[in-house]
Amino acid sequence: MKREALQKAFLKKKQFRNQLTGYKKKPMHQVKTPDVPEGLYDKCSACGKTFSQKEMLANKLVCPNCQNHFRIRAIDRISMTVDPHTFVEKGLGYITLNPLFQEGYEEKLQSYKDKTKMDEAYVYGYAEIHSEPCVIGIMDSYFMMGSMGSVVGEKVTKSIEYALYKKLPLIIFTASGGARMQEGIYSLMQMAKTSGAIRKLHRQGLLFISVLTHPTTGGVTASFASLGDVILAEPKALIGFAGPRVIEQTIKQSLPEGFQRAEFLLEKGMIDKVVHRHEMKDTLHLLLRMHKKGAYA
Amino acid sequence: MDILQKEKKLQKLEEELRRLDDEKSIEEIKKTIEAYKVKSMSNLSSWDRVLLARHPKRPTAKDYIHHVFDDFIELHGDRGFADDQAIIGGIAMLNNIPVTVIGQRKGKTTDENIAYNFGMPHPEGYRKAKRLMRQAEKFNRPIITLIDTPGAYPGLGAEARGQGEAIAKNLYEMSDLGVPIIAIIIGEGGSGGALAIGMGNRVYMLENSIYSILSPEGYASILWKDATKAKAASEVMKLTSYDLEELEVIDGIIKEPIGGAHYDSKLVYESMRTVIERSLRSYHPMSHYEIKTERYAKYRNIGFFQRFNYENLKGVEK
Repeated sequence: MKREALQKAFLKKKQFRNQLTGYKKKPMHQVKTPDVPEGLYDKCSACGKTFSQKEMLANKLVCPNCQNHFRIRAIDRISMTVDPHTFVEKGLGYITLNPLFQEGYEEKLQSYKDKTKMDEAYVYGYAEIHSEPCVIGIMDSYFMMGSMGSVVGEKVTKSIEYALYKKLPLIIFTASGGARMQEGIYSLMQMAKTSGAIRKLHRQGLLFISVLTHPTTGGVTASFASLGDVILAEPKALIGFAGPRVIEQTIKQSLPEGFQRAEFLLEKGMIDKVVHRHEMKDTLHLLLRMHKKGAYA
Repeated sequence: MDILQKEKKLQKLEEELRRLDDEKSIEEIKKTIEAYKVKSMSNLSSWDRVLLARHPKRPTAKDYIHHVFDDFIELHGDRGFADDQAIIGGIAMLNNIPVTVIGQRKGKTTDENIAYNFGMPHPEGYRKAKRLMRQAEKFNRPIITLIDTPGAYPGLGAEARGQGEAIAKNLYEMSDLGVPIIAIIIGEGGSGGALAIGMGNRVYMLENSIYSILSPEGYASILWKDATKAKAASEVMKLTSYDLEELEVIDGIIKEPIGGAHYDSKLVYESMRTVIERSLRSYHPMSHYEIKTERYAKYRNIGFFQRFNYENLKGVEK
């Protein structure tokens, strides 16, 4: 009782002070809904029909005709998955270097940085989903195919450690072409790093939900993406270890239709559920609620 | 002239040696052979090492298991689906210490290679390895892994049975094992397929082995859209043992005789044995927790990047 009273008094004082000074708290991270001009149209790659971009955005970048899920940017994913104004980005300031002195790597990185306005292919932070707190990490496949180099591996590990530190459930949306070739052996070692960190998370009894989106292949599939307590996937997402082209070259025949797609993996027992993008937020909220500490006994 | 052509020249010289009778010319030719070996076969380029790592005569995991260790019992199967021939595993004795040995094996003949799938394991192979590692922890046996694979097998069945998940689960389990893992790369170490049994407390490489994120051919075809540029790719990829020691990814190099391990394999067996013995001795006094923590810390710290730090700016004047 005493503590509550103190807290109330403190808040009152703070409000009064803010009134005096005219201070207004800014929202931590503001997701801007882009103003899309009327005349722009997008063509669905699966059914070939065209829709205005405004219509697409309103439909969460899912084709209204054939329900084809487009690849989306990390910032769009945040805005459609978490409560508005709750996302707080963590782990800023990592700088990707060129450890093996590969030719053209720095220029390539710079061009992706300019194009995507991101520092690396992974963003993580604190967020709330229908006011359930969690740590959320999102890979952006527009940044160099979301490939995992030293910085992405380190940030994924940091996000796991942040969840450990805050004792919060962790959700990671994966979208990656695999390990980043230009960083060579360092990229490979990120697989061991992230998997080891997930082991620590599981030992503490914390929830890890891995959401596989199109495309998730290579080193990411073979490390943290496959280690979720619950593994969800978006419809028709390409998920696998080797890419389809490599398999075709190896077995010298074309692949059956729907191979390595989310529905195929569901049938083979590799993932838990295929979730439509419109139902993702509610599904995640339900899972978070079901895994809340102290719900039983 | 790459190493294989040089080798052919050497073989010609040796044949000549066998044909000759009088002592004087034999000694002369022996001298030229030695000089040739030192002069042109000791300074190898990265591509030479790639060729040596894939050399058909190179000792395989089977050879190492039979010559480095005293006794060996092979254990089969993943208890779920099948027994993958590409991974050989079992219990061996080394100086009266029981150890678990897991290796990826290639064949020397075509038939063997087909049976062992060219050293490319399926998911059940990795699950077998995982089973053996858990067993090793139960009975407190150190684990020694011998890595020699172009990569995990990219095929229909392998994907359907979860190649990625199998590798991920291996990494997950290995990061928490309380017994020391010593990984030795004996030939090719290709991508996740190699790392899946190679997350060791100590990682050693034979001098002429390679360890990389993907094959030089794959690198050339993805980055330069031309698989024939593999030779150029191998030079920039930093995949040789000396490069990786410089990058502090591996702990040591096991020397090979001039011309590769197949010239004097006994020497390699012996030095491998001493390396294993030495590292097992260093882990003997450590507890499970210490071993686990050491391994976790080793992989936690691998990475090459910079972090922007405000404290660095404190000294800077406007």
